[in-house]
Amino acid sequence: MSAVEQSFKNFMSWIDDRLPVTEAYEKHLAKYYAPKNLNIWYYFGIFSFVVLANQLLTGIWLTMSYVPTGEGAFASVEYIMRDVEYGWMLRYMHSTGASAFFVVVYLHMFRGLLYGSYQKPRELIWILGMLVYVALMAEGFFGYLLPWGNMSFWGAQVIVSLASAIPIVGEDLAIWVRGDFNMSGVTLNRFFALHVVLVPLFLLVLVVLHVLALHEVGSNNPDGVDIKKTTDEAGKPLDGVPFHPYFTLGKLPGIIVFLFLFCAVMFFYPDGGGYLIEHPNYEPADPLKTPELIAPVWYYTPFYSMLRAATFPLLGLDAKFWGLVVMAGAIVIPFVLPWLDKSPVKSMRYKGLASKIMLGLFVISFFILGYLGTVHPTPLRTLLAQVCTAIYFAYFLLMPWYTSVEKTKPVPERVVL
Amino acid sequence: MKRLVLLTLATLISHPAMSADSGFPLYDMTPDLTDQSSLQRGAQTYMNYCLGCHSLQYQRYKRTAEDIGIPESLMLEYLVFDPNTKIGDLIENSISDENSKNWFGAVPPDLTLYSQLKGGPEYLYTYLLTFYEDASRPLGANNLVYENVGMPHALMELQGVQQKVCKEIPKLADNGGQMMDALSQAYITEQVCGMELVERGYSPLQLVENSGRLSPEAYEQVVYDLTNFIYYVGDPSRLDRERTGVFVLIFLAFFFVPAYLLAREYKKEIH
Repeated sequence: MSAVEQSFKNFMSWIDDRLPVTEAYEKHLAKYYAPKNLNIWYYFGIFSFVVLANQLLTGIWLTMSYVPTGEGAFASVEYIMRDVEYGWMLRYMHSTGASAFFVVVYLHMFRGLLYGSYQKPRELIWILGMLVYVALMAEGFFGYLLPWGNMSFWGAQVIVSLASAIPIVGEDLAIWVRGDFNMSGVTLNRFFALHVVLVPLFLLVLVVLHVLALHEVGSNNPDGVDIKKTTDEAGKPLDGVPFHPYFTLGKLPGIIVFLFLFCAVMFFYPDGGGYLIEHPNYEPADPLKTPELIAPVWYYTPFYSMLRAATFPLLGLDAKFWGLVVMAGAIVIPFVLPWLDKSPVKSMRYKGLASKIMLGLFVISFFILGYLGTVHPTPLRTLLAQVCTAIYFAYFLLMPWYTSVEKTKPVPERVVL
Repeated sequence: MKRLVLLTLATLISHPAMSADSGFPLYDMTPDLTDQSSLQRGAQTYMNYCLGCHSLQYQRYKRTAEDIGIPESLMLEYLVFDPNTKIGDLIENSISDENSKNWFGAVPPDLTLYSQLKGGPEYLYTYLLTFYEDASRPLGANNLVYENVGMPHALMELQGVQQKVCKEIPKLADNGGQMMDALSQAYITEQVCGMELVERGYSPLQLVENSGRLSPEAYEQVVYDLTNFIYYVGDPSRLDRERTGVFVLIFLAFFFVPAYLLAREYKKEIH
């Protein structure tokens, strides 16, 4: 052992006596055994880390030049785009990153549905993950107001005014959220505080808990087999490989492919044809000028469709309130997914036909709802949205039934490569 | 299956561009940011005909001069009209909101981001080509793209006067062919007006001969250059961004090779 190695070892043992760095490194990286049959669907968790890092870093630099006031916000974004060195790159990395975050998180969640990653003993991982998703929606919502464009203004206006549909306390609640009788610079200031301080803090804590919970029980895999059941004499899972380097350096090509796609959008189609940065957002917020079509950014549109799908009053409460209930329900219901799935198997590979059909219908209706949220409602579109909303809820609410009656296939003892 | 859904969605979303205000179909316009002389001519037209009312309040003279290749001294001498304006200043004007409201009924919009606001340069390009004489309007002009617009035809001295006309055009048979008189073998025509002319592929406007300084072709070039310039101002780093993007993508493509070879070595160890 060379002198350098020896002194490094001494240094680490000094640290380890005081802070378990080596232990943590081994537990979470070098001796964290991940199943070796993880496929392409398992990339999206890693990608969401990449995007998270991107959002945090570019966000910090944007904050350095952004002016969070009703008078200065819009101009400061254009100042960043024109006068700050590489400001356009920071801004587009951040705006493209927001959409990319939702792309990878939606695919990550779909992976969970596909392979039953929420099932026992991973219920808490799922719930923490859902909390991350909700925090992300809040983060995106607050962040979208900050450029103070006209769609920022009216989008936030529509969503905040939803609160006023709640009986009795609604109006006061909406004023409390806005801090004003209408959307104003006051609202912008508080949304800025929430976007750059509170929600990111929550998000980071939740992400850490999500990963800690994962490392406690271990990763699921496409077969839904528990790799901890078959180990060698040393207790190392036979079907597992250490996370580092196999899933760090080993997954580098995948990360590069992701970055390639990300950069292709960011450098060449940063406004995504009006889907990533909506056209009305190129003029400053104007309370007297409603955009022709108020549509949220694409990642909220499925829920926005469900909100609009409630078109009739019930029990003396108006349709807007029920729309809010439907939308909130759509976001809340996945939380209890681990207790809705009664199947003896985890993975879609071994589940029956009913589960496969329901998941397929669920995905299709989610896409259709997403599209409908970007266009003007017509009677036919509203009907379609209602049908798709019904399918969305049926996927969850009927799950206890169809997962318990369907015929499943036998699960192998070991993972299939 | 998912691909099919995406394809269906894509077909549903895509439709030919038209004006959201009037439904008039927009002309094609392909901007060219590498054509510096076009951008320079566009800047010249802008400063002479547009800036009086429409500011470019997020863009600076200096940046503009650098990007489109005009030396700063020439920019200051010929394109900056206020002697108190410095080269590093934003491109603003001195018309007050109150006055402009009185004169035109609305505040003329800042045009820095106008081409993105309208989803591309086509809107502005078509708009500037489709002004016509309309005595019922306060300033005597109307527009096919933006009906009852408050703005007068600021480029009229260049283009001349266009009038909205009805045209004699061939009548179509039920099978889509041109209707013909059975005896004389002559085409049967009919008088068509307004949007129906547009739907049949004819312009409803006719230029009063020799009413403008420029030929129709030269005027189209002026409008192209101006639109090209406003498209540039909307996102001045566009060329820089795309150039950088190419290098980034090439780097990632090269980086992929050693990363792939390394990953393959690790993969060999997984049985």
